[in-house]
Amino acid sequence: MARRAGALIATGLAALTLGPVAVVLAQAGRGGVGTADLAALRFTVTQAALSALASTACAVPLARALARRRFAGRRLMITALGAPFLLPVIVAVLGLLAVFGRAGLVNDGLRLLGLAPVSIFGLGGVVLAHIFLNMPLATRMLLQGWQAIPAERLRLAASLDFRPTDFWRHIEAPMLRDVLPGVLLAVFAICLTSFAVVLILGGGPAATTVELAIYQAIRFEFDLPRAATLALMQVGTCGLAVALASFFTTPGGFGAGLDRQADLPASGGWRQLIDFGAIGLAATFLALPIGAVVLRGLPGLASLPAGVWPGLLTSLLVALCTAPLAVSAALVLALARAQGARWLEPVAMLPMAGSQLVLGTGLFLLVFPFVAPPDLAVPVTILVTAVMALPFAYRILLPEARVLVADYGRLAESLGLRGWAALRLLILPRLRRPLGFALGLTAALAVGDLGVVALFAAEHGATLPLVISRLMAAYRMEAAAAASLLLVIAAFGVFWICDRWGRAGAEL
Amino acid sequence: MKSLKFAAGLAFVATPVAAETPVLNVLTYDSFVSEWGPGPAIETGFEAECSCDLRFIPAGDGAALLARVQLEGAKTDADVVLGLDTNLTAAARETGLFAPHGQAPKLDLPVAFEDANFVPYDWGWFAFVHNRTLDAPKNFRDLAGSDLKIVIQDPRSSTPGLGLLMWVKAAYGDEAAQVWKDLADNIVTVTPGWSEAYGMFLEGEADMVLSYTTSPAYHLISEQDDSKTAAVFDEGNYMQVEVMGKLAASDQPELADRFMAYMLSDAAQAVLPTTNWMYPAHVPAEGLPKGFETLVQPTKSLLLGADEAEALRAPALEEWRAALAR
Repeated sequence: MARRAGALIATGLAALTLGPVAVVLAQAGRGGVGTADLAALRFTVTQAALSALASTACAVPLARALARRRFAGRRLMITALGAPFLLPVIVAVLGLLAVFGRAGLVNDGLRLLGLAPVSIFGLGGVVLAHIFLNMPLATRMLLQGWQAIPAERLRLAASLDFRPTDFWRHIEAPMLRDVLPGVLLAVFAICLTSFAVVLILGGGPAATTVELAIYQAIRFEFDLPRAATLALMQVGTCGLAVALASFFTTPGGFGAGLDRQADLPASGGWRQLIDFGAIGLAATFLALPIGAVVLRGLPGLASLPAGVWPGLLTSLLVALCTAPLAVSAALVLALARAQGARWLEPVAMLPMAGSQLVLGTGLFLLVFPFVAPPDLAVPVTILVTAVMALPFAYRILLPEARVLVADYGRLAESLGLRGWAALRLLILPRLRRPLGFALGLTAALAVGDLGVVALFAAEHGATLPLVISRLMAAYRMEAAAAASLLLVIAAFGVFWICDRWGRAGAEL
Repeated sequence: MKSLKFAAGLAFVATPVAAETPVLNVLTYDSFVSEWGPGPAIETGFEAECSCDLRFIPAGDGAALLARVQLEGAKTDADVVLGLDTNLTAAARETGLFAPHGQAPKLDLPVAFEDANFVPYDWGWFAFVHNRTLDAPKNFRDLAGSDLKIVIQDPRSSTPGLGLLMWVKAAYGDEAAQVWKDLADNIVTVTPGWSEAYGMFLEGEADMVLSYTTSPAYHLISEQDDSKTAAVFDEGNYMQVEVMGKLAASDQPELADRFMAYMLSDAAQAVLPTTNWMYPAHVPAEGLPKGFETLVQPTKSLLLGADEAEALRAPALEEWRAALAR
C-alpha cells in the first residue's frame, strides 16, 4: 500500500522538480558552462561540506548533553532550537553581525581588551552562519535518535554495568551510524543552495556559488539552458551526496521496545561538566544573535504599518495548507522507503538541491500560456513551499519510520493491519513525536519562505516575507526589523504548537 | 424570488459594462508597487482621468524585470514596462518587443537623453552615502588609498551594483581593473541587492554604502534625521536613469501612451521624489519637496550610452570578478 502510494508521490515529486528544469533547458539560448562556473561549483561544494561537518560536529555533543541531562528550562531550550532555522536570511545575518560584526559585541569586547578586531567576512563567516542556522536543526534530528533508543536497551546496559565508554560503543555509536549520515546530508543540501548568506558573508566574488551563477544566467544573460545546466549540476552534486550517505547508513538494530520511560545514564564528574559546558556554549552562541533580532525589532513593534497584518494572514494561510500536505507526502515516502523502496531516497531529497529560481522560472513557463501567473500566487506558493519543505519532513520521519517497519511491520502484516486502521493504531501513535516536529518545521518554513513566489507575485496579497522585503526596499529598516520579529514570533508560534502536540505524552 | 431574478438580470447587464472598462497592465519592480512606493498614488491619479483599470504586475527587482519581459515574450499581457535603467535598455531593445514611444517629453536631466523606445520617469546619481561626521574621500583613488570600509552590491544580481561597475568603467576606462584591485581591501562585502547593503551600513558594518545622493533625503524628510549625506566624487558621479517603454504587442497602445504621458505630468512627478527617493525626470511646477535642497549636487554627471553600456558589461564584469576574487 505505502509502497504504491510512495511510488505515485515520488513520481509526482520528480515531475514537479525536474519538469520545470527540463522546460527551462529546452528554451533557446547558448547554454554551456565555463571555467568560472566550475570554480563556483568547487566553492559551493567546499563551503557546504565544511558547513555540514562543522554543524553536525557541534550538534553531536549538544544533542548528547540534552538527551542525558535534566535541568530547568530544558524543554524551552529544545523548542527554541527551532528558531534560528526559521529566521529570514537577511534577519539572521543582521543578528549575527550584531554579535560578530564590526560594530558587534565580540569586537567591542576585543577593543576593550586592546586587541585587534576580527572580521567575520570570508569562508569562516559563511561556515559560522551556517552553523548558527543549521546546528539547531541537526541537534533536533540527532536528539530524536537518542530518544528513539528503546528503554529496554538502556536497562540492559544498566544491568550489564556498562561504563560510559561501553555505552558509547554498543548503544550510541550504532545509533549515530544510523542517524548521522542523514543529518549530514540534510545540512549539506541546505548549504548547497544557500545563496544570500554565502554572498553577504563571503565578502566578494571569490565566494560565488552555483545559485548566483544561475541568477546571473537568468537575469542578465537570459541564457535559460545555461541556468538549467547549472541547476542540474547542483542536483547531481546532491545526488552524489545522497548515494554516499546511504552507503554509510546502517540501521542500529536495537529491536523493539515497550515504550517504557527510562532515562539515559548520566554520569557525574567531568562528564557532567562537559555536558553542561556544551549546553551553555550553544545556548550563548544561539541566543545572542536571536536576542539582537528581538532587540532590533522591539522598538517598531508598537507602530507596525497596517500592510503587515494581511501579509501575516496570507503567510499563516500558506503555512496551514503547506504543512499537512508536505508531511503527509513525506510520511508515505518515508514508510515506503522503510519497506525497502531504495530508489525513493534520492527522489525525496531532490527538491532540497533544486534551484529555486530555475524551479520558479520553469513553473512560470509552464503556466504562463494558460493562466496569468499572479492569479495563481497563493496555490503556487503552497505547492512549491510544500515541495521544498518535503525533504526536511522526510529526513525527520525516516529514522523512526524505519524502526517502526522493522519492529512492527511483520506484526501489522500478520494482523492485516492496513490503511486507515494502521495509520490510527500504529503509525500516528508511534510517530507522533517526529510528526509533530515535522509539521511544526514545515509550517514555520512556510511562514518564512519567500522563495520562488517572486515570479508569481500579485499586486495585492503579499506574504509577510515579501512585505518585509518591500519595507527594506523603501528604506524602512526599523519597520522591517519589527515585521521580521513578528514573522519570527509567528513562525515560532506555529512551530511550538505542532511540536508540543508531538511531544505531548512523551517525556523528553 | 422576484428580487433574485432582478438581481440576476442586473448582473447580466452589469457584466459586459465591467468588461468594457479597459485594463492597462504595467509590469514593474516590486518596490514601485508596494504601499510605500509610488504605485498606489499613481494608480489613483491615473484611474481618475483614464476611466480605465490600471493594474501593476510586480516582477521582483529591477534586474528581474528584463528577464520577465523576455520570459513572457510577445504573448505578454503587459502593455507598459516601467523600471528598466539605461544599462539594460540596449538588451531590452534587442528583444524587439518594444514599440517606439513617439513622445517628445520635456526632461530636466543633467545630460541630454534620446531614446526612441524608452522614456525616463526619474533618475538619480549613484553615490556613497555616509554619516556627516565622516571625512569622505573625493574620488575612487582617494577611497582606495584610505582605510574606509564600504559595502557594495553585486553587479550580477543588482542594478545599483551594475551601475557602480559602469561608473568605474566610465571614469577610468582601461584603468578600471587597477582601481578595483586597489579597492578590494576597502570592500567589506558584496550583497545580492540594495536593501542588504543599506541595512548593513545603517547597522554600522561599513563607513559608506553604494546608494544615491537622494538617499539622505529619506532620513531627513521621513525621520527628521540629517546625520546622513553622500560623497561627491570629482571624477563625476554615474547616473541611474529609470525608464519606461511600451510593448509592441500591447492591446491598449493608446492607453499605454496616455499612461506614459501621465507619468511625466506634474501630478505623477511630484509623487516620485518622496516615494521612490529619486529626482523626477521633469521637475513639477511646485518644485522639489522641501529637504531636497539640502542634498549634495555632483558637478559632473557620468552616463554611458545604452549600446556602450551593453558592450562593456561582460568585459567589465570579468575585470571586476578577476580583481576581487583573490
